[in-house]
Amino acid sequence: MAGLATALGSGAMSNSINEIGGAKTILAIGTNTTQAHPVIALEVKKAARNGTNLIVVNPKKIDLCRHATMHIQQRPGTDVSLLMGMLRTIVDEGLADTDFIEKHCDNYDEFIASLAEFDLDSVEKITGVPKGQITKAARMYASNGPASILYCMGITQHSHGTDNVWAISNLALVTGNIGKKSTGVNPLRGQNNVQGSCDMGALPEFYTGYQKVDNPESQKKFEAAWGVNLSPKVGLTHAEIFDRIYDDKIKSLYLVGENPVLSEVDANHAIAAMEKLNFLVVQDIFLTETAEMADVVLPAATFAEKDGTFVNTERRVQRVRQAIAPAGDSKADWKIVCEIAKTMGASGFDFSDPQEIMKEIVSVTPSYGGITYERIEEVGLQWPCPDKDHPGTPTLHTERFATANGKAKLIALSFRDSAELPDEEYPLMLTTDRSLFHYHTGSMTRRVDGLDQLHSEELLKINPEDAAALGIVEDEMVQISSRRGQTTVKTKFTGICPPGLVSMTFHFAESPVNVLTNAALDPVAKIPETKVCAVRVEKIS
Amino acid sequence: MNEVTITIDGLQITAKEGTTVLQAALDNGLYIPSLCNHPDLVPAGLCRVCIVKMDDWKIAISCKLPVKEGMVISTEDPEVQQIRKNTVELLIANHPMTCLTCESDSNCELQRVAHYVGITPDSLKRYRRSVRSIPMDTSNPFFDIDPSKCIMCGICVRTCDELQNINAIDYGLRGVASIITTLGNKPIADSRCESCGECVVRCPVAALAPKDTLQPMREVKSVCTYCGVGCGVLLGVRGDKIVGVRGDKENPVNRGSLCVKGRYGYKFINHPDRLKTPLVRKDGKLVEATWEEAMNRIEAKFSQHKGEQFAALASARITNEDNYLIQKFTRAVMGTNNIDHCARL
Ligand code: SF4
Ligand code: SF4
Repeated sequence: MAGLATALGSGAMSNSINEIGGAKTILAIGTNTTQAHPVIALEVKKAARNGTNLIVVNPKKIDLCRHATMHIQQRPGTDVSLLMGMLRTIVDEGLADTDFIEKHCDNYDEFIASLAEFDLDSVEKITGVPKGQITKAARMYASNGPASILYCMGITQHSHGTDNVWAISNLALVTGNIGKKSTGVNPLRGQNNVQGSCDMGALPEFYTGYQKVDNPESQKKFEAAWGVNLSPKVGLTHAEIFDRIYDDKIKSLYLVGENPVLSEVDANHAIAAMEKLNFLVVQDIFLTETAEMADVVLPAATFAEKDGTFVNTERRVQRVRQAIAPAGDSKADWKIVCEIAKTMGASGFDFSDPQEIMKEIVSVTPSYGGITYERIEEVGLQWPCPDKDHPGTPTLHTERFATANGKAKLIALSFRDSAELPDEEYPLMLTTDRSLFHYHTGSMTRRVDGLDQLHSEELLKINPEDAAALGIVEDEMVQISSRRGQTTVKTKFTGICPPGLVSMTFHFAESPVNVLTNAALDPVAKIPETKVCAVRVEKIS
Repeated sequence: MNEVTITIDGLQITAKEGTTVLQAALDNGLYIPSLCNHPDLVPAGLCRVCIVKMDDWKIAISCKLPVKEGMVISTEDPEVQQIRKNTVELLIANHPMTCLTCESDSNCELQRVAHYVGITPDSLKRYRRSVRSIPMDTSNPFFDIDPSKCIMCGICVRTCDELQNINAIDYGLRGVASIITTLGNKPIADSRCESCGECVVRCPVAALAPKDTLQPMREVKSVCTYCGVGCGVLLGVRGDKIVGVRGDKENPVNRGSLCVKGRYGYKFINHPDRLKTPLVRKDGKLVEATWEEAMNRIEAKFSQHKGEQFAALASARITNEDNYLIQKFTRAVMGTNNIDHCARL
């Protein structure tokens, strides 16, 4: 997100879901759409059926490949090289949209200079993708507009995730595939309200609507609105918080609706950190693995038991409505926060319902300026929606980019390999993914019997070739270990993973994949490298 | 698109060029019985129930008949009545007569069509055969397949193909033994079926029927709680329980579609494991406590750890309003910007 904001001025999906069908070419990279975003996948599959070129870029032979015009199976972690190689072809063959670049892009010369490194021979060597495929994909994307790029965690969860995102924005900008219907750079958000929690300033560097905490003007504005003094010092990110807890610097942690024992990368480190906490409050709907470690556990209401809004991946603010009363003594999260604040003697937390909270949000958030519960009663609105008469914004960047000078930035890139690659000791590469039937750490979906029946246990996906070399049979329990930890898991033989690559989800407490993953962070976005780490698979003796 | 005027049973109606006679009639609130037609799918012309007579005395199936200016159509011509009644009688010939306990009772297209074409106990006798005894496929945790109730309209097959592009099911076997089944006639749970339930929603009878059958007493419009697509849902409520979920056709994001999690993943809401009271740690163990007790403990510790000693992790699964207040609390009350959430995971 940080990366996309630097290049385009906004980190959100640039176009809308219902524009996907209008694209002549779709490049789906690092997204296992049919599993993670099934209803968006319907649009993609329908488009492909109606003749849209679908280029799937994924190290694994995912289900979407059945519908693809071409599948590019790059070595994991080499997306920058692949995309810059495509850009090199586009520029060399005169397929770039020079008008668009001149009018709307900065930093062209530096970007062009950085292409020198990406001659197709080197790119082929790095990515393992034949040159012919790279040029074919480049031509397909550049000459059959409108072209839309969809991506997901397969792009961002790398130690060079921001570079990956920039390579994507470069591709869209150089071909002018942005700011028009059915084009764009479209990160698909994983959880239902990721977009909303970012918009709301649940981020260490931003207040609501991406207003910077270290910008004196925003600081003043929020100090006036809230009637308190605020800190201009950018806070700590998720991973940094756990490091600082581990160093005994942070004493109290207030954790809402998260389960780091399973979801945190290099989970053993996070667990060790939390054990050191002086005071841990966990607010959740179930007694999760993390809640079991807490000093105080607060029972929260589910989405069906409260009112409010969620923002979907296309920036649409939609109404969530209370259908039933909260279970037992549980309460809506907003109510609990108000109670804590009031117990601590704070003012500014006297809200009687979420609508009042939204009014305050709107008053301090320009991009939400025109949003009211009345207006989104039937159909949600897509931000930016600056005033009461604004119809919302399905397509971003149509006239200018949301940067200071209105121009987008092309970014010079060079290739960096993943932080940890297979070696003799840990010869296989592990990547993580999601199952259609489960969600995140499984605290909800594993309690839905039918879903648990359809996918009841973790399966290590492994190519039969690798399995044969290890002398393991299908369904065998094996031990999998990395430099950080180990776990046991059942194997599933599949051609989805090419030889050398194995894959697991993170939905199952019994086989916690995140004890294996690498916490190497992307320097800009601070996203850990869950998509690539080196592991060893062994028979259990 | 141009409009044309056609006459159905003496009534003049206008229709868009390119639509079919059946569609034009339905759009104008005129009923023509049909079984294999579905507004979301390409007309297939399989069931032959929607036949009409044209002014040139030809009989045609109206779901495949494009409208033409000046067309005159009869849906009540005696010959039409005779043929379609016969067709429906044949369809019902081996259909189970267990309507009262059937999942789709009063919500069944076959019932509706049978009434409309005038099926009577007498007229049924002619063709009546015993019910086909084909075992049910109960392997899917969310829905059952009962081939003995299937009328071979193909709506499920076309849904899985045209809308879902999954192609888990197709016509199988031959002749009178024909059924809808998976590749290799395996249980559906062992097929590539993704359990989206879109075929179940569209089945006009109860050949595909949800396992949980409680009808909601009211429905509440909301948004799915799982992934970032943000599909519109209608939560079915009965008493203090969520008993079902339907896709919201009016929501522009999903226009009624849902995936398996959105449609069937609601049972965690009323799960007995839900936390119902605050818990506090006493002598190393988490024990039930009152809200007041919990709040006092929190107040005592949080007020000691203001500023750099505090951090909050909000969530990508709670509402905007929830998130807004958590960051406001962290910044305005605890005096730090140490607030983040799991967006990065
Ligand atoms: S549930 Fe979905 S995937 Fe399965 S057969 Fe029906 S339409 Fe196809
Ligand atoms: S129904 Fe499925 S695709 Fe739609 S929001 Fe829910 S989880 Fe996502």
